[in-house]
Amino acid sequence: MNIVVCIKQVPDTTNVRINPETNTLIREGVQSIVNPFDMYAIEEALRLRERFQGKVTVITMGPPQAEAALREAISLGADEAILLSDRAFGGSDTLATSYALASGIKKIGQVDVIICGKQAIDGDTAQVGPGISVWLDIPQVTFVKKIEDVEEKKGTKYFRLERMTEEGHEVVEAPLPCLLTVVKEINEPRIPSLKGMMRSKKAEIIKWTAADVDADPKKVGLDGSPTQVVRIFSPTPRQGGQVLTGEAAELAAKLCELLKGAL
Amino acid sequence: MAIEVIENKCVGCTMCLRSCPFGAIEMVNNVAVINPDKCVQCGACVDSCKFDAIFLRKHEDVVAPIEDFQDVWVFAEQKKGVIQSVVYELLGEGKKLAQKRKQNLCAVLLGDKIKAEAKKLIERGADKVYVLESSLLKEYLDEPYAQALTQLIKKYKPEIVLTGATTIGRSLIPRVAVELKTGLTADCTGLDIDEERGLLLQTRPAFGGNIMATIICPNQRPQMSTVRHKVMKEAEIDKKHKGEIIEIDPASVKLTSRTAFLKSIEDVAETVNIAEADIIVSGGRGVGSAENFKVLEKFAKSIGGAIGASRAAVDSGFMPYSHQVGQTGKTVCPKIYFACGISGQIQHLVGMQSSDIIVAINKDPDAPIFKVATYGIVGDLFEVLPHLTKELQKK
Repeated sequence: MNIVVCIKQVPDTTNVRINPETNTLIREGVQSIVNPFDMYAIEEALRLRERFQGKVTVITMGPPQAEAALREAISLGADEAILLSDRAFGGSDTLATSYALASGIKKIGQVDVIICGKQAIDGDTAQVGPGISVWLDIPQVTFVKKIEDVEEKKGTKYFRLERMTEEGHEVVEAPLPCLLTVVKEINEPRIPSLKGMMRSKKAEIIKWTAADVDADPKKVGLDGSPTQVVRIFSPTPRQGGQVLTGEAAELAAKLCELLKGAL
Repeated sequence: MAIEVIENKCVGCTMCLRSCPFGAIEMVNNVAVINPDKCVQCGACVDSCKFDAIFLRKHEDVVAPIEDFQDVWVFAEQKKGVIQSVVYELLGEGKKLAQKRKQNLCAVLLGDKIKAEAKKLIERGADKVYVLESSLLKEYLDEPYAQALTQLIKKYKPEIVLTGATTIGRSLIPRVAVELKTGLTADCTGLDIDEERGLLLQTRPAFGGNIMATIICPNQRPQMSTVRHKVMKEAEIDKKHKGEIIEIDPASVKLTSRTAFLKSIEDVAETVNIAEADIIVSGGRGVGSAENFKVLEKFAKSIGGAIGASRAAVDSGFMPYSHQVGQTGKTVCPKIYFACGISGQIQHLVGMQSSDIIVAINKDPDAPIFKVATYGIVGDLFEVLPHLTKELQKK
């Protein structure tokens, strides 16, 4: 089974702040990490490989330093890693990003399943995964919490999957090749082995530019991005209110009084 | 590069340097230089320059005949034939946008034997309801729903399309937007119209809620957004409001699906869906065990609330993941959020800090949760909650 995992290097968002004086993003000291949801995608790919053999290829689009995220994926056990990096990709929104990644995946060749995290924690859009499936014209199943089984019917392989919904989950069937986005519940990611870490240091990262993947320059970067950010600002921080101390019974009575009208 | 500095116009005033949110501009020999590795081409510097020395180069040939696009559309998400409450919120917000644009507010209702529900959308302000019935639309499936919506948008050309940022909305709309090669802004918490240019201003949190961004889609139509549930006000019911129901001939729309829906299973433990709940009682590591969560459940039941949990409580196995609130769980915004034995790590706060009222119960007076709590109770939750249940029952 040829498995492709799309990952993204993101800033550890809990630390990102706007400097109120200069109105700039404070980036110093903000660590870059592999998007947490993508860790579940990598793990699920490794498990599929353990069940069905095959190859796990990890791909990301980003600046040259995104290579670190790919090396982390290799340390976990990915076979191959591809970095799509080109000035032309700069400023891509989700439409352009999904096009660029889809172009990269096309170049990889025959692929049975593409796995993405349900969303990235910096932008939180959840749009790139579904976008890739449209560019590649393959079916998608989002918010997958379990890959139950693979069945073969009339020469086509089908995944039977559980996907999360607001009320619980539903069971769906999707033919291969398809694209899955996965939620946290799907697995417990492993930690890298010593051997994996050694391998990741030496591993060669494949680097492709926009031209290498035959990407139409009009469809990537700013030109390929219909959306534009016009303003960035800090949300009004939530203010703390009253803090009550005392005996439990007394506190309960006071709180009850305060919540009158709201409950 | 699309942002360029015209060197002989730049006077070295450094205004752009201060305007750049990404620290991507440096002064070299008294001239602004843009660092392409940091620049995201947001255009903030273009507006800041008093000397027209910075400009944003755009591709002209991407412009669609945008004048052809009219009306504000709301995707009327339904499950088992019931229109979801987020749709009424979208109609409430959509009405304001439609009035500002002097256009119609329309709803699109897709499903099987669903026509009778259309009048509910009209009562909530829709001027037109497009209805498409097909057995392939009985259960939600990405492909036929996306095909139906894409074809209707191509035919009727709305200017704005709004959808709830629900599981369905966030699976469906990215497909439609890519099919139409237009822009889509996810999980908006604020929408408005830029009076001057008539554009939809879409405001949303980014970086886990630490930053807000306003996004536009100037050259492509429709302008599409998914909108966070429980942020906008529901449209009031007006039985007198008149609207037109437009039935789409199923033969005119091509629908297929490669994936198949087999069954849906409702989580029994989850009596109330936390994303929908008006009251949430959440527990953290401080609850101590799955058994102890019963104290929270009892309290939640007495006030009609749903049960939430912090990541610590989920990872310790006290509660299933479907109850997790926070960065890697669900984002909620109930009227009242009770945080019991939750310290208030930033990853948790980003998932609940837009709640109307936050009540924190924690033994540790220094817990960060008290910094965001409307009412902070320093005490033992196992003592406070039973008293609180009793107090509330008195009424």
